[in-house]
Order: sequence, then C-alpha cells, then structure tokens
Amino acid sequence: MEEVVAERSNLGGVRHILLVLSGKGGVGKSTISTELALSLRHSGKKVGILDVDLCGPSIPRMFKVQDNDVHQCDAGWVPVFVDQEKSISLMSIGFLLEKPDDAVVWRGPKKNALIKQFVADVAWGELDFLIVDTPPGTSDEHISTVEALRPYKPLGAILVTTPQAVSVGDVRRELTFCKKTGLRVLGIVENMSGFVCPHCSECTNIFSKGGGEELAKHAGVPFLGSVPLDPQLSQSLEEGRDFIQEFPKSSAFPALTRIAQQILDGALQRSS
Amino acid sequence: MNLKMFLKEHRQKKPRVFQDACKISCTMKCETRREKQGSQMRAWCHSSCVCPDDSTDINHDAADIFVEEIFREELRRELTLNCPGTSSAQAGRAAACQGCPNQKLCAAGAAATDPAEAAELRERLRGVKHIVVVLSGKGGVGKSTFSALLAHGLAADESKQVALLDIDICGPSIPKMMGLEGEQVHQSGSGWSPVYVEENLGVMSVGFLLSSPDDAVIWRGPKKNGLIKQFLRDVDWGEVDYLIVDTPPGTSDEHLSIVQYLSASNIDGAVIITTPQEVSLQDVRKEINFCHKVKLPIIGVVENMSGFVCPNCKKESQIFPPTTGGAEKMCQNLNVSLLGKVPLDPQIGKSCDKGQSFLSEVPESPATSSYRNIIQRVQEYCDQHHFQEEKII
Repeated sequence: MEEVVAERSNLGGVRHILLVLSGKGGVGKSTISTELALSLRHSGKKVGILDVDLCGPSIPRMFKVQDNDVHQCDAGWVPVFVDQEKSISLMSIGFLLEKPDDAVVWRGPKKNALIKQFVADVAWGELDFLIVDTPPGTSDEHISTVEALRPYKPLGAILVTTPQAVSVGDVRRELTFCKKTGLRVLGIVENMSGFVCPHCSECTNIFSKGGGEELAKHAGVPFLGSVPLDPQLSQSLEEGRDFIQEFPKSSAFPALTRIAQQILDGALQRSS
Repeated sequence: MNLKMFLKEHRQKKPRVFQDACKISCTMKCETRREKQGSQMRAWCHSSCVCPDDSTDINHDAADIFVEEIFREELRRELTLNCPGTSSAQAGRAAACQGCPNQKLCAAGAAATDPAEAAELRERLRGVKHIVVVLSGKGGVGKSTFSALLAHGLAADESKQVALLDIDICGPSIPKMMGLEGEQVHQSGSGWSPVYVEENLGVMSVGFLLSSPDDAVIWRGPKKNGLIKQFLRDVDWGEVDYLIVDTPPGTSDEHLSIVQYLSASNIDGAVIITTPQEVSLQDVRKEINFCHKVKLPIIGVVENMSGFVCPNCKKESQIFPPTTGGAEKMCQNLNVSLLGKVPLDPQIGKSCDKGQSFLSEVPESPATSSYRNIIQRVQEYCDQHHFQEEKII
C-alpha cells in the first residue's frame, strides 16, 4: 500500500531525502543545507531543498532568488530553480509571501497544513537528493515533516550544532527526537568551530571547541566534521553566491566537501 | 502562486466541524495517559491539553481536524482582509467580519482568552511591576544570553526583585546559563516556587521539569501553550519588580500565547535581538511586524555579535558582515530605537556554558560596558513607562 502511495506522488522521483535538524537556532542549519546542496551539485547531482522554517525562511535569500514566485502546473507547484540547468530547485514559504517582511504569525495547525502541502504538492521531478531544512526545536514543524515523509523512507538526519555547551545541550534533545521518531542520524556537524583572524592568522575559538565531536562520541553517532567560522562563507551566503565554486582555498571548504562526500557514501551504501 | 491563492484553493473544500470533536479526543486521550503518569509530573495534568507524555502526540488527531476548519477561513481573513484577529476586542465585530463563517465564534469570544481566565492571570501577576519580553525572529542570536544578563544586571540592585521566565519549551537554555542545571521545581501551597539564583532573582523554565538533559519536549502548539499558561498561573512569583520573558525564535504559538496571556497585565515592551547580517535581519523585520500586529511596544533593538576583536592582534574583523547596513540601518528604516551593539567576545560563550554572569566575571570587557548601557536604557524605559501609567490612572 505504501509503495503505491510513494510511486504515484510528487516525491516518487526523489531518490534520497535528508533532514537537517538542530535543537538550537542560528547554528547554521540553512547554511549547511545550502552548502551541502552546492557541494552535491558540484559532484553532478540534482538537488532540491525544502525549507520548512515557516516563521523565518532563509533559504531563498541564501540563493538570491527571494523575488521569485512559485507557479502552478498540472502536477502541482513548480519549485524555484536556482540555475538554468535546473540542478538545484527550492521550495520555501518565502516565495509565497507578498512582501518579504510579512510576518507569518501562525500557530501550529496552520503550519502543519502548509508542510503537508509542501510534501504532497511540489512537483520536484527527478532528484538525487532532497534536503529538508527545518526551524530550531522539536515541535509542530518537525513532527509534521517527519510524519509526512515517513512513507518515503528518508535516508536520515544531519544534526548541526555549534561547539558551546548551551547549543550541544539542545542538540542532545534533538537526538532524542530522532530516536523517538525512528529517524536515522547520519551524523553531527559542528559549525562555527573557531575563527582564524584574517590579520594575524591566530585561531580563536569564539564559541569554544569540540562540543559536537564529544556529543557524537557520547551518543554513538558519526561525526561528520567541523566547519570553522569563515567570514567568506557568511559573505557568500549574504550575497547568494556559490561558495563551493568560488572559494576552494578557504578554511571552510575542505570541511564542507568532506561532509558532502560522507553523505554521498552513505547514500551509495543504502542503494546497494 | 502566493498564499492568497493557496488559501482560495483550499476554501473550496468543505470545512468540517471541529470544536467538540477536538475537545473530546484531547481530553479522552489525556485521561487515559494520566493514569500512567509518575507522581512528579502529575501536577501538569489538570489541564486537558497539557500532557507530560512527550513521546506521543495527543493533540495530533485533534490538530488535524482543527486545521480543516480554522486554517482556511481564519487565515484567509487574517491575510487577505482586515481580520482584527481572534484575540482582539473587535473579534467578530469589525467591518471585515461580515460574512465570515467564523464571525459568530469570534464574536462570542470563543477563540479569545476566556475573561475569567484572563482575570485569574492578571490577579496572579498583580505583584509584577514591569514585564519585558526578549524576542527575535532568528535563532542563536543571543536572546537567552541577553535575558540572563538583563536579569543579572537588574538584580545587581538588591532592592529590586527580578524574575526570569524561559518559555522556550523545546530548547530551554536558561537553566544552563544561570548555573541551575539539574535543579527542580518545588511545589508549595501557593504554587510552584521558582528556582532562585540569588535572593532577589528567581527563574522558571521547562528545563527544571525534565528528568534528564537528553529529554526532548516533542510537543505541538497546544501543549506548549498549556504549559506557558501554567507558568504564569501556577508559579508563585510573589512581588516582582521586573519579569523578563525569554522566548524561542519565530512568531508562532509561544509568542502569540505569551502576548495573549499577558494582555491583561501590562507588558512594558519587547527587546529585539539581532546579529548584523541580512539573513538575520530579514527574520527580525518579521518579528517587528509581529509586534506591530499584536500591539506590543518595542523598547528597542540590540545588535549582538557585532564585530570581533582578535585577542592576539587586537584588530577587529566582521564575522557576520552587515552587508545591508546592519541593525542601525534597519532601525532607521523602521523607526525603532537601537539600544546598542555588543561585540563578540569568546568569554561570553564561556561564561554562559559555566552558568556564570559575564558581567561580573569579565567586568572590563567592551562587551560588558555595552551590555550595561543597554540594561540601563531598558531600565529607564520601564521607569518612564511606569510613570506614564501612573499619570493615566
């Protein structure tokens, strides 16, 4: 029965679904989603990002497509394509707002309805990966997303944290969420791991260091890597540029590509 | 395609009746779970929608039925026409309400806070002089850090009684930042007692109700709202000069509820926290719109993580570059005041992790002096607000 549902639906052509989660806000979920999509494209994959952060969508801006609209076709909603080749497609509530500053002041049930719609009605076409970027926490959006995606058997979740104890504490709760909902944890990414001063090259651990790795060890899940604080990275995201293409020499680059590689390996393993 | 069209499309399907079904299924499921609860959590159970069992979602079915009805109609009014909102005094009575299928429901006040309940909350919070809500559309910008420091800063004056309420239900950071991890809430005849850091600084957070740091609170909106109400109604705050409310990111259940529950008491205003990048500012603009929408006065904006001074060479770098002019430009454009900018200091994160007050740990840091200035401005605003209130009375 489930098989039939999966085949007929709009997600039928999607090979792997990943969720990017964190209990804590502002740790770089959208950044990691964006960079992961860019890295996967770099390896020749077709990628979609579904942004289920309804109160604070960041994905459209990070690809500089915030002024685009969603159109409708027979199969459903057409996602917004980032490039001519249609190698990255996006769906976010940001595309549905009339004014960018409109606040989406919604309680849970409304959010759930829109998420269901996003899962059911977006015509993604053929994709290698669909990355689902989430808001912080373990509440409505998360429960709804996981429930709606269950028939499509997601590959798993990537948890993002920053190194401080305050952030790691929230991510521990997110791990429990994954356990309870039966979502596989692909691994933990530690973001903002240290800052190399552009003037003197001294590395300062602004948000301390090592918390993510320790947590991964403690929880017995893979550690995917630590991404340093890199002003070039935040700058590219602000301007919607392709960091992976433009800054192969930066300090964050090797970390990001390594994470993408591990995801590709994981996906390959599952396929075979 | 935009939200208007989306809603129009959905309106054509027939709405289902939700109200009673929702209530019944909620109460029934909770009743059955209630039997299984351990004694420590039992206290939560007297409201039908707050069930301490976080593994399954009792409101799920109810929420789904609820969606069918409310979503299309209410939201359509809210976004497309000039719906006054369900919590407004004009609910069901405004010109825009004519012809809305929910008009009767709204006019009867079914969706707004029950007046008896509002009166109860007001009575409970009678001893609270000032309420400051700390908000941000964006996560991880320093709401909890600021709330914690604001509480410490205000409590430095021993004659003032300060309370800090953490309504971030899914990611409570306040217990850790205040050095209160592992503490528990005790119950007395007059309600739950807050956990005290100092004699004049009491704290309440969902973190104190969890038995392990791995415990996740996997709740949908209604349960979160129930707990927030309980925090206001059942906590014995006593006489308090300042109640500081730390919130999760966004503009959703927690935010609507706190504003709604505190509407009868008198909120001085909101402090909005941001970081300098546009990615953060775009969410903060939404939060400012939220404040306008719910008529919550804005005390001002704090720009956090603004610039980093290398401890080695003392030169400043912009880690989160203000590509669109930062908070300063945004404040000018939106006509709200900028309370100050706080630089990134690695010591801030460390103090938070250790649960110490950064203000007293590193008194000479530039970040400390800018926090102190901001705290002073908040205090002045509150005093003035109080003064105006008195004049009106």
